[in-house]
Amino acid sequence: MKNQNVKNQSTKSKNSVQKFMQRDQVFDFLTPKAAPKLDLSHNVILYLEDISVSFDGFKAINDLNLYIEAGELRCIIGPNGAGKSTMMDIITGKTRPDAGMAWFGQRIDLLELSEAEIAEVGIGRKFQKPTVFEMLSVEQNLELAMAQNKSVWTLLRTKITAEQADHIDEVLQSIGLIELRNDLAGKLSHGQKQWLEIGMLLMQKPQLLLVDEPVAGMTHQEMDRTAELLTSLAGKHSVVVVEHDMDFVRSIAKKVTVLHQGSVLSEGTMDHVQNDQRVIEVYLGE
Amino acid sequence: MNRLAFLQDDRGGKIFLIILALATVTIPMFNLLVPETSVFHISIYTVTLLGKYLTYALLAVAADLVWGYLGILSLGHGAFFALGGYAMGMYLMLQIGDRGVYGNSELPDFMVFLNLQELPWFWGGFDQFWFAIIMVVAVPGLLAYVFGYLAFRSRVTGVYLSIITQALTYALMLAFFRNEMGFGGANGLTDFKDILGFSLQSDVTRNALFIASAVALALGYLSCRYIVSSRLGLLCVAIRDAETRTRFIGYKVENAKLWIFTFSAMLAGIAGALYVPQVGIINPNEFSPLNSIELIIWVAIGGRATLYGAVIGALLVNYSKTYFTAALPEVWLFALGALFVLVTLYLPKGITGMKKYKAAKA
Amino acid sequence: MQYLVLIISLFLSPILSANSSDLSASLAQLSDRNNKAKSEAIEKITQSNRPQTIKILQSLLEGNIYYRKSDKTIFYFNQRDDGYHLEDVLSGEISIIPKKRGYKKVTINNKLRGKLRQSIASLQLGNADPSVRKSAVEEIFKKITPGNVALLNEYLPKENDVNIRTLMQLALTISELSSDDDSITLVAIKKLDGNLEPIVRNTLNQLVEESDNPTIIAAAQESLKSIKSQVKFYDHMETLYFGLSLGSVLALAGLGLAITFGVMGVINMAHGELIMIGAYTTYVIQLLMPDSIGMSILVAIPAAFIVAGLVGILMERTVIRHLYGRPLETLLATFGISLILQQAVRSIFSPLNRTVITPEWMSGTLDVNAIFSLTWNRLYIIVFCIMVFITLIMIMKKTPLGLQVRAVSQNRAMARAMGVRSDWVDALTFGLGAGIAGVAGVALSLLTNVGPNLGQAYIIDSFMVVVFGGVGNLWGTLVAGMSLGVINKVLEPWAGAVLAKILVLIAIILFIQKRPRGLFPQRGRAAEN
Repeated sequence: MKNQNVKNQSTKSKNSVQKFMQRDQVFDFLTPKAAPKLDLSHNVILYLEDISVSFDGFKAINDLNLYIEAGELRCIIGPNGAGKSTMMDIITGKTRPDAGMAWFGQRIDLLELSEAEIAEVGIGRKFQKPTVFEMLSVEQNLELAMAQNKSVWTLLRTKITAEQADHIDEVLQSIGLIELRNDLAGKLSHGQKQWLEIGMLLMQKPQLLLVDEPVAGMTHQEMDRTAELLTSLAGKHSVVVVEHDMDFVRSIAKKVTVLHQGSVLSEGTMDHVQNDQRVIEVYLGE
Repeated sequence: MNRLAFLQDDRGGKIFLIILALATVTIPMFNLLVPETSVFHISIYTVTLLGKYLTYALLAVAADLVWGYLGILSLGHGAFFALGGYAMGMYLMLQIGDRGVYGNSELPDFMVFLNLQELPWFWGGFDQFWFAIIMVVAVPGLLAYVFGYLAFRSRVTGVYLSIITQALTYALMLAFFRNEMGFGGANGLTDFKDILGFSLQSDVTRNALFIASAVALALGYLSCRYIVSSRLGLLCVAIRDAETRTRFIGYKVENAKLWIFTFSAMLAGIAGALYVPQVGIINPNEFSPLNSIELIIWVAIGGRATLYGAVIGALLVNYSKTYFTAALPEVWLFALGALFVLVTLYLPKGITGMKKYKAAKA
Repeated sequence: MQYLVLIISLFLSPILSANSSDLSASLAQLSDRNNKAKSEAIEKITQSNRPQTIKILQSLLEGNIYYRKSDKTIFYFNQRDDGYHLEDVLSGEISIIPKKRGYKKVTINNKLRGKLRQSIASLQLGNADPSVRKSAVEEIFKKITPGNVALLNEYLPKENDVNIRTLMQLALTISELSSDDDSITLVAIKKLDGNLEPIVRNTLNQLVEESDNPTIIAAAQESLKSIKSQVKFYDHMETLYFGLSLGSVLALAGLGLAITFGVMGVINMAHGELIMIGAYTTYVIQLLMPDSIGMSILVAIPAAFIVAGLVGILMERTVIRHLYGRPLETLLATFGISLILQQAVRSIFSPLNRTVITPEWMSGTLDVNAIFSLTWNRLYIIVFCIMVFITLIMIMKKTPLGLQVRAVSQNRAMARAMGVRSDWVDALTFGLGAGIAGVAGVALSLLTNVGPNLGQAYIIDSFMVVVFGGVGNLWGTLVAGMSLGVINKVLEPWAGAVLAKILVLIAIILFIQKRPRGLFPQRGRAAEN
């Protein structure tokens, strides 16, 4: 393990020396840093391979392997502590794994990017506990979330274009908050905040949406609308949903992954998973 | 008017700018044109005092930009103010020429006293006004940039950040107290004679400095207002309230923080540079952590995240300070202490927040 | 001390009016102007070894010997209210004269003074009091003459005190260094190997310069080298000791903060003023019991704990409890409180610094060897710090209060649901942290002046200790305090006190940016918030 590290380092330093000798490109910081384009040539958008992470000896994720196809809608279920949120943390760069690989498409190594860069290459996340910017209006929340040049200088100078305004209206329409566009986000109800978060996700135009418990605290009607929205997103985007509500999962899922103790216990259609003996054991005990 | 569109929703700001403009015009007039015997005459002492308050107000605006909008409670903004002041002080020091006690045309008095033979290298260029002015913004800006780069990149936030900014200004204070630093040690820089060839003792120069402070405050206010009403301003509020969330929608939080923090430090430096010629001295006590915390209370009293609130707070607290330290010196620290406690307990939104609070309640 | 013993022994020694011609001749010779003659006279008087010899030499040393110009009779001279008392050295007859005319003082120079001291010491080797003998040997150490060596050889077999014997042997060995016989010198060098007395070093150095025997030079150099490395070692030990004692002060100041900041999440900027209150409590206690300064410190410790603790509880009940969960606000409010406390102290005790008297039992040093000694007050502070730390750990780990404190700090709502009276726990915890600050103030009052600004000087240091160690970790606080103390003292000789402090501050600032959660961070999900 250690040897490998040393080797890696030496090759790394050799590489950097070689880079330095190239005449056309010497200083990294002079070239604009753009992540490589998302490459979906093998029709897989997310690779998680042999991922492990532990907190103070507790293995939160243990040799996890997970592949998400482009345009897929995947539901992930599992008991508390199965590692669902930690898995999302790893994908979005909040937690770094102790071992394993995480690739976005064929070319983008997620483990080398910061949270902001991961968001920029096209992974959006809705948190379990809705976090919107409470002191900003609904519209301003969306304006910030919008896919745009996010450098400090641009943000200082920029004004909303007509196109952007249309896009915001569109999203406001689809999340049903168009009446409340000028209200402070902090005044929204719990369900409305969930919707606003989804709206912010849509503004980002991500390739991959990670949605953590989208229907917690929603009425049945709201749930139906959320289900509708998420299924309509699949195809254009890839969507990963973590949810506890089995009815909701059944209503949207084609493929379900069951996590247990940090690794995949079972994978397949809802029926397949529900009849899997191991899954029944985990959920119902003995 | 279109260019000032960002002032549209800022009623308090407009009122403040109008009052400031009126004061800038009338106060020098009442000093220079009204005869001294008249009741309407404003003494030169008052003009300079007001000028000093205006530089404090600019410092408070700078602090409000980072605290009110970005949530960074800097307990070291006094350091940037003092650095700006020192840069200006160095220029003024070299203008004294051979009029010092030792009559040495090359070296300031304290260097002669320390047996230095020539100007230390870092004093080079400070005999030029333009160079000093660049340094007034560059030195605090650079310090803020380096400090902020390290701190924000490693995500030091909240209380931790406050404490290390305090440690920063404390370390600088200790450093500037040392004679070996070459900034006059505990006595600092003083006995200035003139600026750009105009005597600092003359009434006209003092009025000009007052006007310069007012203009700097207005410009500082406008630029801060421009920032907070831009999309960058939205981002600041977003960072203040939910920093992690902003990262997940793709913002490099540390960059935004870094630039705003640096800009604020530069404003503080300008405030310090205008402060020094008006009070006539700069010494290491300006770095004392107490000063930096005190300026936070100006902002808190005036009301955070309003910018003009910071101005009101700075003027109010400093006026009371001048009044109390002369009339009842024993009482001042009690009053200031009580002010800290009462404002945090009962007036968390400051004076400007009171009205809104009442409206919201009703 | 030495003088005191000498003087006492003088009063004890009976004065006999023995009339001996050779002694009187020697005495008369003292009146000679020539210092060489005086020196000879002193030699002779010493050799005469009469009961009153020591008194004569001692008086001579103190400048109390006069002679009558007319007949060169020697007198003890004493100035009293009713005139000058002259006591004939030989007869003991006392005459009182109103004026000094006709009498002249026997003057001596430094060289003679040294000789006198040596002579007195050599005479005292036979004294009954071991402490007198010991100081006599120590006096001989300053200059080892052949005459002394003979004396030492004479008294060594008679000596029954082990310590004094060792000292005497050491002196003899040192004298052997300058022996003409090279083999004796070599043996002596070997015997003295690793001895840290400065005189050994000096003599060896001298030997290296003056000897013409290469073997001796080499041996001496070898020996010097090992001595030097030992000296260096003890130098480091001393730095470490100073560092640890400074570290103890820092840790003491930080421990209270570790409770209020680390466990409760309250930024208490008035922490320094609570330390100050502890220091002033010590001062007041000493004012109240001026007759028993030794006890006053022991009384001050619980008193300071209670006074500062009560102030802390008052602060918590009136202000801080309204601000839980808003750390930046507590910072501002407690800063206001710190200003009020400072001004209150200034109004009550005046802005001037006060001094706390260090009791007898805390002054002085513990001598480990010739070049390394530990000052008691620092040693007590280190021990005290560790005691406070252990007590605190015990309170947090073993008592119901500690359990409740930890419960409330981890999950307030849950703890309350379990029946913990959280507001009561908050008040007590804050009181505990404040009390510890007060106790730190007692320790500090012994090291520095007690003034209204005492607290300000330590607040930033205390925060640095807590942040450096990792918030919420008492062990971290102790380790951080100690290491900062040591680092400070290591840097000091190299960079000066102020610069050392600046460097440490900068180092901490950089360190926090590398490891924002300190040396011993809390990890896992809970630490995220």
